[in-house]
Amino acid sequence: MKVVGLSGSNVGSKTRTAMDYTMKAAEEKYPDAEFTLIDLAEYDMQFSDGRDYRDYKGDTKYAAETIMKADAIIIGTPIFQASIPATLKNIFDLLPVDAFRDKVVSMFVTAGSPKHYLIAEQQLKPILGYMKATIVQTYVFIEEQDFYRKEIINDDVFFRIDSLVEDTFMLMETYTSIREAKEAQYDF
Amino acid sequence: MEKYRIDPNKGMEFGLYTLGDHIPNPLTGDRISSQQRIGEMIELAKLAEEAGIDIFSVGESHQEYFTTQAHSVVLSAIAQATEKIKITSSSTIISTLDPVRVYEDFATIDLISGGRTEIIAGRASRVGNFDLLGYNLRDYEALYEEKFDLLLTLNEKEVVNWDGQFRAPLKNARVLPRPLNGSLPIWRAVGGPPASAIKAGYAGVPMFLATLGGPASSFKRSIDAYRQAAESNGYDPSELPIATAGFFYTAETTQQAQQEVYPHVNQGMQLINGRGYPKQHFAQGADTRDVMNIGSPQQIIEKILYQHELFGHQRYIAQMDFGGVPFDQLKKNIELIGTEILPAVKKYTAKD
Repeated sequence: MKVVGLSGSNVGSKTRTAMDYTMKAAEEKYPDAEFTLIDLAEYDMQFSDGRDYRDYKGDTKYAAETIMKADAIIIGTPIFQASIPATLKNIFDLLPVDAFRDKVVSMFVTAGSPKHYLIAEQQLKPILGYMKATIVQTYVFIEEQDFYRKEIINDDVFFRIDSLVEDTFMLMETYTSIREAKEAQYDF
Repeated sequence: MEKYRIDPNKGMEFGLYTLGDHIPNPLTGDRISSQQRIGEMIELAKLAEEAGIDIFSVGESHQEYFTTQAHSVVLSAIAQATEKIKITSSSTIISTLDPVRVYEDFATIDLISGGRTEIIAGRASRVGNFDLLGYNLRDYEALYEEKFDLLLTLNEKEVVNWDGQFRAPLKNARVLPRPLNGSLPIWRAVGGPPASAIKAGYAGVPMFLATLGGPASSFKRSIDAYRQAAESNGYDPSELPIATAGFFYTAETTQQAQQEVYPHVNQGMQLINGRGYPKQHFAQGADTRDVMNIGSPQQIIEKILYQHELFGHQRYIAQMDFGGVPFDQLKKNIELIGTEILPAVKKYTAKD
């Protein structure tokens, strides 16, 4: 199983801090899976111009192809101006419309204000659904006060991320076995 | 229709097209050489002609897993190897070529073939050709429109005065040789949503519509939009031929056809499109209402006639060699087309 952690911001520390913990928790619990972290702050990404994702170059090509090869993607995103950051939207724009078919996608959100709680529900999930993702419905919402100097200080956040990782793997394993059973029924 | 060498009274034309893909056989992992692949395309054209198939076409692509980058050269060999089958390109990527050179090439192939040659001009779904041939992807739309227009002009006039953005001006330029009968049928390759079909309609040129999968009725929208656009711009839609193109594979039973071709289609899509063909969609493809012509000869006849009733198109062109299908299986397909499918399609679509 290939799992990609996608840290969706090119600035700030909270999303990356939570992503580091998420990846660590996942690697400890599921040592057989193959993990890749894509932190968009570390890559030089082109804006989407509509071409096939394999026709980009450099970091853009690498990021797009790595995501396309994944079985599951855990997205971490901050909220900018009551929406997802442009850097994360650009990732979706780079990919084909059915990019997340047969992939499980889960997410956590870091935000400066509790008013942003429904943004993942109302703005991120519709994009993932349109792109055919199998979505882990429950996401983790982490506020400013849960961090102190690049560390998570609220134990509840650790527990909720642990659950998110478990739910991601549970859905991926379940969905994969259901899909394989279904595909085996076709006689071609 | 006469201008485009199509006689609807004789029934719908049936053709074969290859993208010139060069993909390993997924069942064995082996890939034949480029030389063998090109040789087999030429052989396939000869067999198609013997079976009574109307058209054979070869496409241009500049990606990995293709072998007909110089598609006009392959078409030229096919022109020499055959006698009566029409020859065309599916498609020529006019955006990144010089229309003058394209016209010279295809007029020459037309002379070699004795007046059997056409051009289908498209603009590429993958864009490796832009870098390779030195063009800027930002000019994707503008390149296609300008060069397609120039190609049409070269077809209409022997002496051309022209200037544009992407090519040196032409001053009293004579573009030679001329095709055998004065001009070539030039089609516009169309895919995706109706917007592209509408542009073909406004231009008043024949439309070659790619239909990879999904309900036939959803492609009907593109066809209606094309005809409406043509009419609104002063063209008579009844004079403009429409061709559809898509996946094809036949065997004794629909189940056998699906079993034989699915691994090839899936792997071909994986390598060319970056993701495989979902089994669920492929299974739906057997339905008469789905545009994908994969099934028993009887099922395919039903599908083609259903599509013809819906679209009123003049030509269907089948892609059956995608994804490393072994040549023996292609021969078997041609045999079933020639003996079962073609006679039925002609019988039910001929007007006299």
